[in-house]
Amino acid sequence: MTTTTPGARPRAARAATPRRGLRAGAALGGAALVLVLALLAGVWVGALPLPPGAVVATLLDRLLSPLGIAVPGGLEGTEAAVLLELRLPRVLLASLVGAGLAISGAAYQGVFRNPLADPYLLGAAAGAGLGATLVIAYSPVQSVGPVGIVPLAAFAGALIGVGCALALGTAAGGSHSPTLLLAGIAVAAFLAAAQTLVQQQNTEDLREIYGWLLGQLGRSQWSDVALVLPYLGVACTVLLFCGRALDVLAVGDDEASSLGVHPGRLRLLVVLAASLATASAVAVSGLIGFVGLVVPHIVRRLIGGSHARVLPMSLLVGGSFLVLADLVARVVVAPAELPIGVVTAFVGAPFFAGLLWAGARRG
Amino acid sequence: MSGRTSVPSGAGAGRGARVEVLGLTAGYGRTRVLDAVRLTVEPGGWLAVIGPNGSGKSTLLRSVLGFHPHHGQVRIDGVPTSGMPRRDRARSMAYAPQTPVLPEGVTTRDYVTLGRTPHRPLLAAPRGVDRQIVADVMERLGLERMAGRQLTTLSGGERQRAVLARSLAQQPRVLLLDEPTASLDLGHAQQVLDLVDRLRRQDGLTVVSTLHDLTLAGQYADRLALLSEGRVVAEGSPEEVLTAETLSTHYGARAEVVRGPSGPAVLPVRAPAADLRPVEG
Repeated sequence: MTTTTPGARPRAARAATPRRGLRAGAALGGAALVLVLALLAGVWVGALPLPPGAVVATLLDRLLSPLGIAVPGGLEGTEAAVLLELRLPRVLLASLVGAGLAISGAAYQGVFRNPLADPYLLGAAAGAGLGATLVIAYSPVQSVGPVGIVPLAAFAGALIGVGCALALGTAAGGSHSPTLLLAGIAVAAFLAAAQTLVQQQNTEDLREIYGWLLGQLGRSQWSDVALVLPYLGVACTVLLFCGRALDVLAVGDDEASSLGVHPGRLRLLVVLAASLATASAVAVSGLIGFVGLVVPHIVRRLIGGSHARVLPMSLLVGGSFLVLADLVARVVVAPAELPIGVVTAFVGAPFFAGLLWAGARRG
Repeated sequence: MSGRTSVPSGAGAGRGARVEVLGLTAGYGRTRVLDAVRLTVEPGGWLAVIGPNGSGKSTLLRSVLGFHPHHGQVRIDGVPTSGMPRRDRARSMAYAPQTPVLPEGVTTRDYVTLGRTPHRPLLAAPRGVDRQIVADVMERLGLERMAGRQLTTLSGGERQRAVLARSLAQQPRVLLLDEPTASLDLGHAQQVLDLVDRLRRQDGLTVVSTLHDLTLAGQYADRLALLSEGRVVAEGSPEEVLTAETLSTHYGARAEVVRGPSGPAVLPVRAPAADLRPVEG
């Protein structure tokens, strides 16, 4: 009896686990494939039609040229310039921003155990808005070296906003999550009021300020990609490593402590990393809404609630989502463009509503 | 004996530890909730902390676990927990709170797997041995069929078993349960307590629980500690602690204590109608 029972059990355990692992792996692989296809569609579609074969050839040529391999059949002249100097940085930036906002949103929702949390919650958006508005209205210079002054001010503003919220929250009651949330709301309200004040004092800059607030990818350059990539890379790496710890935090602070986790330290680390990702995304793209709130929910409906899976999946889906939304923004009223923030909500809201409806029907 | 060998107890794990609470004092702000509490639980024993509402039962458990700031000392097998790294503490003590937070979108198996957290690197995926222990624990608690189900779809009794399974996957030496029967009907409450008792006897676990139901406390625990206004006012076997006098003094309750074969049962007695007077104080 003692020999048969333990013998039977490992088989059941072994049969159950690889299937789950496979399914999660397949979902991640599928999302990565979708992202690649979205990126290709993003560089291919636009006001100037480019032959898809030549697009792929050019990209492969540029990718492989450091290895000394030349791929023939690439684009030349204006077409090459459109691809390499306009579309490629824009599409890459869209994927980086989307990925950063989505993973930050998933992390914020996990750390605050609140499904309505989004990356702009702790004053990142209001701080970035104030920073951008201030320099648009008052700065005598347009750029510092190759980097625009607006992204720098927005980046600093976002970090200062979150820093104030963290300082206030910690002073008011430690890292206990409701206190931190309320501190973030207070800081965001104050900074938003200051931003509105500056904006009303400078009505001649209203159009530019408003354009920034709505979110934009139209002026993307390689320097923007270079600006966000290091910060986003560090922040996303940290967040990806925190997935399993966030799963433990999901059972509450006391129980997480009883499982050997430090909820306060973990929360601080995740908030800092998510805020860094948000600040760098906001710096180059303005305030693109909806991605950080909704992509994590879409992902959870697809693959369940475990953060170890939701975070990497949000990264990939967020990237694809924003690339495709940007594509729609460029195509629908071409040659003009829709604000990307409008498109994310226009595309995302019905899609999300459909998911909710399907979920409700499934029971 | 076959049940015993299926216990996923590695070397040393699953052996109950001696728990000592020495002069534990704690409070909220300036309000003192616990006053020099002194308790000892022998390895493999079950101590039920009873007491009227607000007497400090939950705070006592949370202080023993180190969640609540306190003075005094808690020792596990003679080792003070104050200097222990949190992970080490988590390997010796498991905790099931009165109202566990059940995360959304998480399967029962994933939830039980969280119990392995203190035994594996925080960033790493569960290893084969973790999955094996989780599968064993779930089988023992009859949760195999719920393994793939969302935690939030389980019934009250199933949830309580899932929480117990998570605690056991932790392979603790001491199990701290805050009102394990709080939201359960009598039948399910008995099932859960029978289960705890079986696990305790099979694994030699030490159990410390709060229990507001005095009859259940008297029938399952081998020792009771009566907490009143933050002090231990009575400690001993159920027969010693559960008397009509202590219930009257500390609960303001009228009750008879009936001696039964498996422990004393508390029978509330309604006041005669003539005795009904306006409540004092």
